[in-house]
Amino acid sequence: MSEKLIPLTELRERKAQPVKPNPEEAPHPDLREELFELEAHGELIVQRVPEPYVEVTTKFGRTKKVPIDHLWHHKSCGQCGHIPGYTTSILWLNRQFGIDYIDPTDQTSCTGWNYYASATSNAVAQLLVMCRNFAAAYETGYYPLIHCGTSYGHYKELREQLVHHKDLRDQVRRVLDKLGKPLVVPEEIVHYSEWVHVMRHRIAERQVIDMRNITACVHPACHYYKIVAEDAIYDPDIYGGQRTATVTALLQALGINVADYSTWFDCCGFGFRHILVQRDFTRSFAVLRKIEVMKDEANPDMTVTHDTGCVTTLDKSQFAAKAHQRRVGVPVLADSQVAALAMGAHPFRVLQLHWHSTDWRPLLEKLGIDWQRHWAEFEDDLAAIERGEKSGLTWEDAEQPILTR
Amino acid sequence: MSVATWSPTKAGHRYAEVPEEIKRQLFEEVKSDPRYPDFLYGCYECGICVSACPSARFYDFSPRVIAQALAREDIDRFYEILMEDIWNCAQCFSCVRCPRGNNPGGLVTLMREVAVRHGLEQAQQALQGYSRVIYKIMLKGNQVSPDMLQPDFFPDWGPWVREFSRNMTAWRKAIPVDTLRNVTDAAWRTDDKTLRELYTIWFETGNMEVIREVDEGLYELLVEIMEEELEAAP
Repeated sequence: MSEKLIPLTELRERKAQPVKPNPEEAPHPDLREELFELEAHGELIVQRVPEPYVEVTTKFGRTKKVPIDHLWHHKSCGQCGHIPGYTTSILWLNRQFGIDYIDPTDQTSCTGWNYYASATSNAVAQLLVMCRNFAAAYETGYYPLIHCGTSYGHYKELREQLVHHKDLRDQVRRVLDKLGKPLVVPEEIVHYSEWVHVMRHRIAERQVIDMRNITACVHPACHYYKIVAEDAIYDPDIYGGQRTATVTALLQALGINVADYSTWFDCCGFGFRHILVQRDFTRSFAVLRKIEVMKDEANPDMTVTHDTGCVTTLDKSQFAAKAHQRRVGVPVLADSQVAALAMGAHPFRVLQLHWHSTDWRPLLEKLGIDWQRHWAEFEDDLAAIERGEKSGLTWEDAEQPILTR
Repeated sequence: MSVATWSPTKAGHRYAEVPEEIKRQLFEEVKSDPRYPDFLYGCYECGICVSACPSARFYDFSPRVIAQALAREDIDRFYEILMEDIWNCAQCFSCVRCPRGNNPGGLVTLMREVAVRHGLEQAQQALQGYSRVIYKIMLKGNQVSPDMLQPDFFPDWGPWVREFSRNMTAWRKAIPVDTLRNVTDAAWRTDDKTLRELYTIWFETGNMEVIREVDEGLYELLVEIMEEELEAAP
């Protein structure tokens, strides 16, 4: 009997090896195959990922295509409404690489934040909001790139429901017919952070701000890798393939020291309803389970994440905690902002850091960025707007990096 | 309640006055949702979902108990969860690491939908102060907008909120993204046609009736605006 036991040393050795998943052993069937079957039966249209694309590996070893170009930016209401530097950075990166894109006005939010907060909707309505947006993208010939982690997770879950429930499909089709729109589902549902991930080496090639003296903690977004987990990017070289590689791989490519902390799996405390009307929970969780743990275990210069709610929660929750002498004071940025900053994006015209609550000044100073000078430039912009000399900032004003090679 | 009468479970017939058929009807409504079989496969009682759950750390809340009560069709416990627990869930879906493939967060969503559809008092209490968000999402298709950033609503977000509130117009003009620039009442500029399509979705799917259960005054306001927009369509 004892001969059959695996020695502890061997177990430890096995555990230390990177995870090499076998797609044949994935716990769920490949939804894309089911989508193509439905298309063959005339039930829906599958929008193909346009070329050029990069193939990446997902949690169970399957391949996912991430488009590089011809993008339809499915914006995030939380980012555009309260953290506009998040969106601006994504589009700035696109422009720097000459990507052909559409920033649509024929787009609503996924309305998922409200659904997860209040449940004042239903499955068919949620499916229709998604399908209306997908049809709008399809009509332009551009491919949807989903900015919000919740939209990404919500759409993946809704896509499953659409594929597996004919009655839901029929109800959706009836209303889409009324709107004069086709039932279209993209071949892959792609998050913007996956685009940043596959572009990371090109971003690093154009890096002008040295970030090697920076330590960062990563908060992976729940709705990116927990909802329909098989669609998230994993890489055996990042955390041994045991956590999603998105964000961390970018930071490593930029030379940033990524520091681990024990509560990495915990959510940020956003809570959807809580962040708006019950923030005692949100603040407590964000500070006690995330920021203080990072501070105590890694003392990072910044926290980097890739979703609307996480940036909002982790950033905004620190102010009140400071009044209670909690161990806070970690600036919070999105990966798109870090990537843009590395390439020399203006901290205010592009990153719009003045919308952030936790003090980002020490981070910029450590990076050698003269934020006072750039704030003065931005104040000049504001003054020109106030005087009516400028109707607003344009890409022409924001395009130029603050540093060049 | 004294220590002698305290029960470690929450079950204590706290809703004994509610007829069994009401509890059963609400349960059957949750169970009949087409997504229900995708969200519940049974429960090992392993507690992995609880260990990952943020709400379990702060509230008397357990995704395991939710999966258990529903799997056992324990109607009394189901009703207690419906009345007391569901609004504590953070909807992060950390619980879906369940080895049985359960989705306790998804079950909570279904229960919340039923609670809202029936206009349960606890649902209305949980959504107090939330009407302005519902107004925005239904009308603009955006959950949040810059003009919601008011110091009296977000005093705990730091002095920048007051700073922003004073300078909202200029700050919004100082964003280079075409669809965001100078937009303050929504997250971005949306076509009128797009919004009319959204209103059609709300009406066609019974979503407006859901809003009526939460806030009748808000419902009437929304219907008036949306119908006017739809009638004015070219």
